[in-house]
Amino acid sequence: MKFRAKINDVGCLNHFTRVVNTITKLTKTCVLRLTVDNMYFVLSGKVANGGVSMWCELLQVNFFEEYQLEGVSADANEICLEVAPENLSRALKTAQNAKSVKIKLTKKHGPCLTLAAELPSLSSINRIVTHDIPVDIIPKRLWHDFKEPTVPDFDVSIYLPPLKTMKSVVDRMKNLSNYLVVEANMNGEMNLKIETDLVSVTTHFKDLGNPPWGDNASQSQSQSRDAEAMAHARVDIRKLQQFLMGQQVNPNKSMCNIVDKRIIHLILLQEDVSLQYFIPAVA
Amino acid sequence: MDCVTTGGNVKVLAKAIHSLSKIGEELYLEPVEDGLTLRAVNSSRSAFACFLLSPLFFQRYQAPSDHAFRCKMPIKSMQAVFRSLSSLERSVEKCRIELNSEKNRLTVTLHCKHGLLKTHNLSFQDCESLQAVFDKENCANVLRAQPRLWVDTVLHFPPSLEEVNVSVNGERVWLRNHLEDDADPSRAMMTELCLSAEEFDHFAVRSESNITFCLKELRGLLVFAESSGLPVSMHFDEPGSPVVLSVSDSVLDANFVLATLSEDAHQRNHNNNKADRREAQPAADDFMSDDMDSYLIAMEASDLPGDLPGPSHESVPPVPQSSTNHRARLPSEEEEEEEEEQVNQPPNKKFCSLFFGSVLPASSQLTNQTIQGQEVLASDSDDEKQEE
Repeated sequence: MKFRAKINDVGCLNHFTRVVNTITKLTKTCVLRLTVDNMYFVLSGKVANGGVSMWCELLQVNFFEEYQLEGVSADANEICLEVAPENLSRALKTAQNAKSVKIKLTKKHGPCLTLAAELPSLSSINRIVTHDIPVDIIPKRLWHDFKEPTVPDFDVSIYLPPLKTMKSVVDRMKNLSNYLVVEANMNGEMNLKIETDLVSVTTHFKDLGNPPWGDNASQSQSQSRDAEAMAHARVDIRKLQQFLMGQQVNPNKSMCNIVDKRIIHLILLQEDVSLQYFIPAVA
Repeated sequence: MDCVTTGGNVKVLAKAIHSLSKIGEELYLEPVEDGLTLRAVNSSRSAFACFLLSPLFFQRYQAPSDHAFRCKMPIKSMQAVFRSLSSLERSVEKCRIELNSEKNRLTVTLHCKHGLLKTHNLSFQDCESLQAVFDKENCANVLRAQPRLWVDTVLHFPPSLEEVNVSVNGERVWLRNHLEDDADPSRAMMTELCLSAEEFDHFAVRSESNITFCLKELRGLLVFAESSGLPVSMHFDEPGSPVVLSVSDSVLDANFVLATLSEDAHQRNHNNNKADRREAQPAADDFMSDDMDSYLIAMEASDLPGDLPGPSHESVPPVPQSSTNHRARLPSEEEEEEEEEQVNQPPNKKFCSLFFGSVLPASSQLTNQTIQGQEVLASDSDDEKQEE
């Protein structure tokens, strides 16, 4: 098992840092899955993290100048690690103006992801800072937990309004209730609402547009739906807030799939990064 | 006592007080012939800081005629006078500190623009002279660098980190985060920074050594050094003897004396990782040219016990309870110290060797005399509170 990657470009470094910071806001620990072409940050929906799951996919070539990987075996050419993204984020933060950053799998006290940054210095010799981030190697037999989630058989799929707008709405609603209902239809309308004994508040968004899913299995179902009919899911408002708060990637597209009374599936797309986040509905 | 300082020096004074506030909760003020001294010590007596502002620092400087005045006061009350640095810079033209012996108050007067006058009357307590005994001139190792280098260095470590480990050889300096005894090394993120000797203004290493001390006080001094742009020197010897961080120019002198972890504590902590440290060090040289194989990991994932939580990895040897021996205390403070001790038993870290030659009368004070055998147990669990 070997892994080594290197970033030389400061733009790539910033981009990568932003992705890691976003992940850091979403979860304390996650799985870093490394394959020949991609890097994934995965959180599988366990009860311990409130059933929330996450899937973030990075195209390796768009970030790293060098990327070498030798997986567990020839037929399973990948590596799965459990890592605290906060450590990674902290290490990247100190490497912000680095000339180059190298990330590699090493064995110190235990397995570590070692991040070594070459920093500019006052002399001819560069400053080197290294961070050994402890990781747990995940054995192959547990890998099945970390496969790409399938797009759920949604009732409604809709583009999200600007995330900043959504955030300011959700931030205010959080003061009133712990749960928020997300509802949307195939007519480009979405509502965010809270209902308590004392107050009901709804924010309406319209003309958002519904993404075309082409031949996707869900489409038949969606098309047969009444365009005006709302699908809704009641979710833990903190989970949604966390998702909106941590945003440091400026997505080209952001959308939301709703499975009525089951789950909301948030997707952010950028050329080389995609982030999916699943929040289960509560009764 | 009557001293008047003007212009930019008011800000220097304010920064000095601010950085002393990172050390202890009380400010010890003593005007002597050589200038005004401002001192602070932390509650566990493992860190001591002293500023000496020479008579030339002031526009007018009069030490008290009887040479016996000294006092202490809560540092917060003095900090309040100099709270807003920006307004200080903008509007304060002159600052006067004088002793009002009739009212028994220390009067600080800020003369601001437009004839505005701000007067603070601070109450104080009499106290013994406070002096740590150290001898930085005879330290084997001296590093001096611009404050920017130190600040950039410290930035790599998280604010929550309490202690840092510094090791030197003839060409390089390594800084690493120090792990608490109860921390599991396989769970903690380890950071190491390597600096070449060339980055320092002065780099004299007579004996390779490896010391561990509190980062917080260094940060405190850097607050001052960065604003004044003065180079910071670090004098140190072997583990256990104090490290002295100092800043000086023609009109002022600042020394921060910090206890370092003693050898035995050190060894235990750094033994386990000594092996890979040695390997790691040369790697720094060929950062650019290493080949992947040198980082090969002989590990087969499926053989591992999986993502078992930490405890199974390594057990840290139990730490013997070290006895609390505050032997170097000022007599005048015995009582309150006692209380403090009961309230928060200091955690058992093994800092030692800050020697206070405090009981000596000022006239016969032999500042550089080492008083053997006075050890101070360190650690300041209550220091976090005062940080703002």
